[in-house]
Amino acid sequence: MPLDVARIKKDFPILARTVRNEHPLVYLDSAATSQKPVAVMKAESDFYSQHNAAVHRGAHLLAEEATDAYEGAREAVARFIGAKSDEVIFTKSATESLNLLAYSWGNAPSNSRFHLAPGDVIVLSEAEHHANLIPWQELARRSGAILRWFGVDDEGRIDLSNIDSIIDSRTKIVAITHQSNVTGAITPLTSIVAAARSHNALIVLDACQSAPHFAIDVKELEVDFLAFSGHKMVGPTGIGILWGREELLAEMPPFLFGGSMVTAVTMEGASYAAPPKRFEAGVPNMAQAVGLHAAIDYLNAVGMGQIHEHEVALTEYALSGLSSIAGVGIVGPTEIKDRGGVLSFTVEGIHPHDVGQGLDDLGIAVRTGHHCAWPLMKRMGVVATTRASLYLYNEKSDVDALLLGIEKVQSFFGSKGIGR
Amino acid sequence: MNLESLYQELILDHYKNPLHKGLVSPADASVHHVNPSCGDEVDLNLTIRDGEIQSVSWDGVGCSISQASTSVMSDLVQGRTVDEASQVIDAFMEVMQSKGSTTGDESLLGDAVAFAGVSKYPARIKCALLGWMAFKDALVQLGGYRAKDSGEAK
Repeated sequence: MPLDVARIKKDFPILARTVRNEHPLVYLDSAATSQKPVAVMKAESDFYSQHNAAVHRGAHLLAEEATDAYEGAREAVARFIGAKSDEVIFTKSATESLNLLAYSWGNAPSNSRFHLAPGDVIVLSEAEHHANLIPWQELARRSGAILRWFGVDDEGRIDLSNIDSIIDSRTKIVAITHQSNVTGAITPLTSIVAAARSHNALIVLDACQSAPHFAIDVKELEVDFLAFSGHKMVGPTGIGILWGREELLAEMPPFLFGGSMVTAVTMEGASYAAPPKRFEAGVPNMAQAVGLHAAIDYLNAVGMGQIHEHEVALTEYALSGLSSIAGVGIVGPTEIKDRGGVLSFTVEGIHPHDVGQGLDDLGIAVRTGHHCAWPLMKRMGVVATTRASLYLYNEKSDVDALLLGIEKVQSFFGSKGIGR
Repeated sequence: MNLESLYQELILDHYKNPLHKGLVSPADASVHHVNPSCGDEVDLNLTIRDGEIQSVSWDGVGCSISQASTSVMSDLVQGRTVDEASQVIDAFMEVMQSKGSTTGDESLLGDAVAFAGVSKYPARIKCALLGWMAFKDALVQLGGYRAKDSGEAK
């Protein structure tokens, strides 16, 4: 059954507002951050107005309620990705989740399986967002490890042709994106996971662009760690998720130190709590975790399968529409197979920033620039792109507005002798 | 479309036919500036003789606003004393930070007043300033830039 997008849109008040020149908002920037349904805002607000207290401390009723709400959110995240509750760590963002790994492993003693020695290899891809690139560059710099990476082909798909020379016996970590935030290309995980497994390397998956859009089960993915953020999946900002295999988390040293993550403390030292608490120093982002719970409930009620099907159909429609406009070039796969609803494109002769400005003038919100993936942009031979990204609340009329908008931008600049 | 007020003819003319584009070497100072939010880049060469801007040349990739603004700036400061050039930079910065409340002094800014509309779009101010900041940097490197209301070289 197709999604009732008109009904879904009603759940997102911001989609009813007008923007520049009283144009109705056409929001096509969900890969940067998604909009929030009333249920999420209400859950956060209810937490503050009825249950607010510091979790895991305090002998009073509110502390109990707050703890239940926070731990309830952890259970909801665990169910959402097919994990155990104690394997889910709350952070402030996916960026922090990835940094947590890089810093924890950087702190690992030499007898730990996480320890990196000079010459050990960290494998990435050219398609990584800076958040899954720079933490590893820095870990390599601190440890003497070496970075290697998969290249991408002209459509931005990860090139596995030299996988045997990239993932080898020196490889300790493979950190890779599940879906590119620039091209929408979905990573062919099966052979990467198999190669990493055969060399006993740890596999980190950046699921920021995948977890919001289709059902994920960590057992099926067979990765070791998964990072994603709440705000791209109709949840609040300020809440990120790190999932890790129980037996691995148990061996990992902490990253941030402070309250809540200890079992005993003296003036000389401290011993640390079991995961997930070991990795959640300080009072966490409680209201945001509760908001994320509401977001997961919202997505589950709509149905992750339904959302995925809806986005596939809409992406196909957008790909075909974009391809039919003369002068528009898609930066990324032009076929729907193994790609998500992130559509980067160029408009001949018109800089992406000017394209974005023209679309904004029509009420169409897109992203322009390098999308925090500078190396990928260089590989794709572009300084910047315009990027439209789709979610459950978008429909054909939004895509139509984009297509018409691009033509209007072409005609505006064309009349000035710029572009086609 | 409301774009006419932002993309004035003068801006688009400079974009299509930029002035002083193409680096002139050797130069006293060479700088490379990047707009980290979009990846646009500009290289700028500056030569000063006897306290006057003898040559500003540049090359770069970027949007119409950044390219045109760099073109206008490079033409505007050519042949000026470093003090005058410093004043022009400060005046342009003021317009950019004005959120559309001032159009700027045309006698000082010349064609650069065409960019006043940019100040209403916070995301584009960095575009308009890219070449100007490169020029200011080069001027500072040569000890030429004088901050507003200050007699001392900064």
